Amino acid sequence: MAKQLNVFVDNRIGRIKSITEVLFKAGINIRAMAVQDRGDFGLVKLIVNHPDKAVIALQENNFACKEKDVLAVVIKDKPGGLFELLKVFPEDNVNILDAYGFAAETIKGSLFFVEVKDVKQVSDFLETKGFKVLTDAEVLEI
Amino acid sequence: MTVFRDKSIECISKSDLARYQFQHLQETLQFALKTSFYQKRFKKNKLDALSSIQSLDDLEKIPFTVKDDLRDSYPKGLLAVDMKEVVRIHTSSGTTGIPTVIYHTQNDLNRWTELVTRSLVACGVSNEDVFQNMMTYGMFTGGLGLHYGAERLGALVIPSSSGNTQRQLQLMKDFQTTVVHATPSFMFHLASKIKEFGYAVEDLFLKKAFLGAEPYSENTRRKIEDFFKIDAYNSYGLSEMNGPGVAFECTYKNDMHIWEDAYIVEIINPETGERLPDGQEGELVLTTLRRSATPLLRYRTRDLTTILTEPCPCGRTHRRISRITGRTDDMLIINGVNVFPSQIEQVIMNIPEVGNNYQICLSREGALDRLTVKVEIYSKLFAGDLSELEKLKTKIRDRLKASIIINPAVELHEPESLPAFELKAKRVLDLREKL
Repeated sequence: MAKQLNVFVDNRIGRIKSITEVLFKAGINIRAMAVQDRGDFGLVKLIVNHPDKAVIALQENNFACKEKDVLAVVIKDKPGGLFELLKVFPEDNVNILDAYGFAAETIKGSLFFVEVKDVKQVSDFLETKGFKVLTDAEVLEI
Repeated sequence: MTVFRDKSIECISKSDLARYQFQHLQETLQFALKTSFYQKRFKKNKLDALSSIQSLDDLEKIPFTVKDDLRDSYPKGLLAVDMKEVVRIHTSSGTTGIPTVIYHTQNDLNRWTELVTRSLVACGVSNEDVFQNMMTYGMFTGGLGLHYGAERLGALVIPSSSGNTQRQLQLMKDFQTTVVHATPSFMFHLASKIKEFGYAVEDLFLKKAFLGAEPYSENTRRKIEDFFKIDAYNSYGLSEMNGPGVAFECTYKNDMHIWEDAYIVEIINPETGERLPDGQEGELVLTTLRRSATPLLRYRTRDLTTILTEPCPCGRTHRRISRITGRTDDMLIINGVNVFPSQIEQVIMNIPEVGNNYQICLSREGALDRLTVKVEIYSKLFAGDLSELEKLKTKIRDRLKASIIINPAVELHEPESLPAFELKAKRVLDLREKL
């Protein structure tokens, strides 16, 4: 499981820039990022090298943010890689809240972050299906 | 055990209070009839101070005094003593620009100060406290009023006045301030800046805060209490009635004792002017009993409240008033429905996930008024999910609709992103064009 930061932002100019500035000043490296937009506001989702430090830095700068456990699943970096993962997902009872990913040299594949309600259960399930779900520490090494 | 400033007056029996009030009402009438304003008013209404007013109940025969009477009498129409006896004035410009003035003799000031000192004692302040007064000094009665009250009590008073956050924090730390007097917005401002200036709540010695000069909700008080780990006390005052020290909570925080030896309290229906019984909400009407330079009879405060009569565990017999629920003159009319900003504040500030600041915006779309309530989310209770945020929005909208009948648009904003003013927060933005 990986730690993801969900940061609340107003939908106005410069908010993502402010987040990156706060993290830069705190010496934090952003590994992955996605934005979920809801019109007048949204959530910025971040995978960073020091999640706890990042939370403190953001909160000190009046950002509302929350650490979330998400699945970091290794998939193949070739056509059908993501499909292979999604087709085994137990669709009846797992709702993917949000997902994004990137290709990574070091794991010779892609890393796909999946936000679900019951992280532990889905993680165990995916491992029985032969997928590698990375731990927080493993994610940070990539 | 309750500490009193003057137990004999604070725990006075009902009958003794009535006698005391009537005696001082007669005195007040004598002063009132020295002003040109009340001379004219009594003559016009065929009233005679001595024969018409034979009991406290006869007070009802006297017409109300309103804010406009003060404006119309500016500068000297309500002055009851020789100018030589006046030692201070407080004027207020108000929103219309026409000023009002309250004159004080030395005795008036002494009695005012005594009410403030009594109020501070009721909240557990003593001569061992260090009192930092973060309110504006000058014409604003809150600053000087609390200053002299705390000084008379023997507390160490730091007249730091408003603003200058960093200096306030340094003073608080260096002189081990135990009590502050500030606006709730400034307390929030301090809370949001404390780390930035290199301080922590643990560095401070703060025990109590007196919040004033702007309306605020119970939830706002709780947030300030939780953040600073202190007790915050509600109080009520208005410049026409001296300023602070009209009504104050005691250590039981059980609504505010209104000092009935200094003011005769009435609650009226703001539309008909009829007197309402205790326990019913209406407009607060006050008559000064211990003021000679500017006596005011049946002054309509425009504040809405309720008189509470249940005994308070502190033993004080002066009745209590509930927190002010609105003002008769800041009522908004939205699509024909009357709404008080305080109703909106009460709803949103009682939702824990809502943060410190908010804004009420009114605009017009075609022929319809549109109400938008902007709130900040509360960092500590942020769940991190969009679905939770949508639920919060719906909750705010539903609760507002239940309270004010109008269906508002609700916007969620980042913490500390909506305007928070250091002295008085301007929370209603009416962008409707005046017809």
